[in-house]
Amino acid sequence: MEVVADDGSVSTSHRFVAAICTCRRSRIYPWCDTSHRRRTRPDEKVDQEGAAEPAAGGVGR
Amino acid sequence: MTAYQESRSVRPVLPVGRGELSHAVIAALAGGRPLAAGTETVRADPYGDDLQLALYVLYELHYQGFAGVDDEREWDPELLEFRRVLEQRFLESLRCQVRSASSLEEALAALLVEPVVADHEDAGVSHHLQREGSLENLREYAALRSLYHLKEADPHAWVLPRLYGRAKAAMAAVEFDEFGAGRAQDLHARLYADLMEDLSLDIGYGRYLDAAPAEELATVNQMSLFGLHRSLRGALVGHFAAVEATSSPGSRRLAQAMRRTGAGPAAERFYDEHVEADAVHEQIVRRDVIGGLLADEPQLEADIAFGIESTKFLEDRLGAHLLHAWRGNRSALRRPLNSVLPTP
Repeated sequence: MEVVADDGSVSTSHRFVAAICTCRRSRIYPWCDTSHRRRTRPDEKVDQEGAAEPAAGGVGR
Repeated sequence: MTAYQESRSVRPVLPVGRGELSHAVIAALAGGRPLAAGTETVRADPYGDDLQLALYVLYELHYQGFAGVDDEREWDPELLEFRRVLEQRFLESLRCQVRSASSLEEALAALLVEPVVADHEDAGVSHHLQREGSLENLREYAALRSLYHLKEADPHAWVLPRLYGRAKAAMAAVEFDEFGAGRAQDLHARLYADLMEDLSLDIGYGRYLDAAPAEELATVNQMSLFGLHRSLRGALVGHFAAVEATSSPGSRRLAQAMRRTGAGPAAERFYDEHVEADAVHEQIVRRDVIGGLLADEPQLEADIAFGIESTKFLEDRLGAHLLHAWRGNRSALRRPLNSVLPTP
């Protein structure tokens, strides 16, 4: 699978499914690196929403 | 060019016993003799060195075996009966530990939250290694984790015949990725052997078993236990979800630790690969493996949660052991690496 960015650069994945970053926080953009996750203090209850989950691309998706 | 020497092309030697139970198992295997141990009085610490090593050796008969041990001992009824007593003690203890377990929904939600850790605060092992771990800490970590990573994803393959439909297709797809997607040089176990070479460790399978503390043996025994029992297929899937969901951010920290200490390109690659791969695997395992299994067998919900919670419990125990040793400037291994001689 190839992802073409606005500047024309192409990223290629040979995985059976790729997780494509939709939150723009990934350090390995355009692929997801789970940076969308909610971040909490260890002693804090989970209450705020995280950023967007990745989109799945690939065979049958 | 010489042919690549696979880690698993050598048969490991039997380890040194750590108590009555493990001595009995090792003596039976080494001597080709029947097991000389009663099964009625096992009161050993379920997480202790003796029970965990005995269990580890018995499980290893299903993977790689040992030098000088007949492969048929894998199905020796006495050994299997003994294994059952040991694993019941381990399993019952795990079930007690996480009896107050949250619902599956809560257990999954907890996996998808990243703790914010300030620089001065205590954190997990990957935070410690990322921030201040020495190259020697990283070598110890790699040596003890090799007990799993040199057979990475193997325990989870046992669940495949127990699944069907959507859960099976998704689980097989993730396993295919773990096994290099058709390319032997990309097998995750192979990438790990390459990492070990960067860290000047011996890649021979089983090389660091004697050095591994009980806390590490327990994490690997848990996978074998869940993988080998069809009745624990829910727990195996929960365990796999916990590993895949926590791996991506943890691997990013470990990749940074490898870069900071100049460990080498293969050491960086192993963790870089897991950042991207496990972000995908987490999605597949949650949506299709767990989603598919729950649609087929909703009665397994509690066991999937048990798999997640018990994995966290054992990983936290291992993490506490490692940090306690390293913060005290001690080795976290039972035998420091400089006393582990190269394979003859």
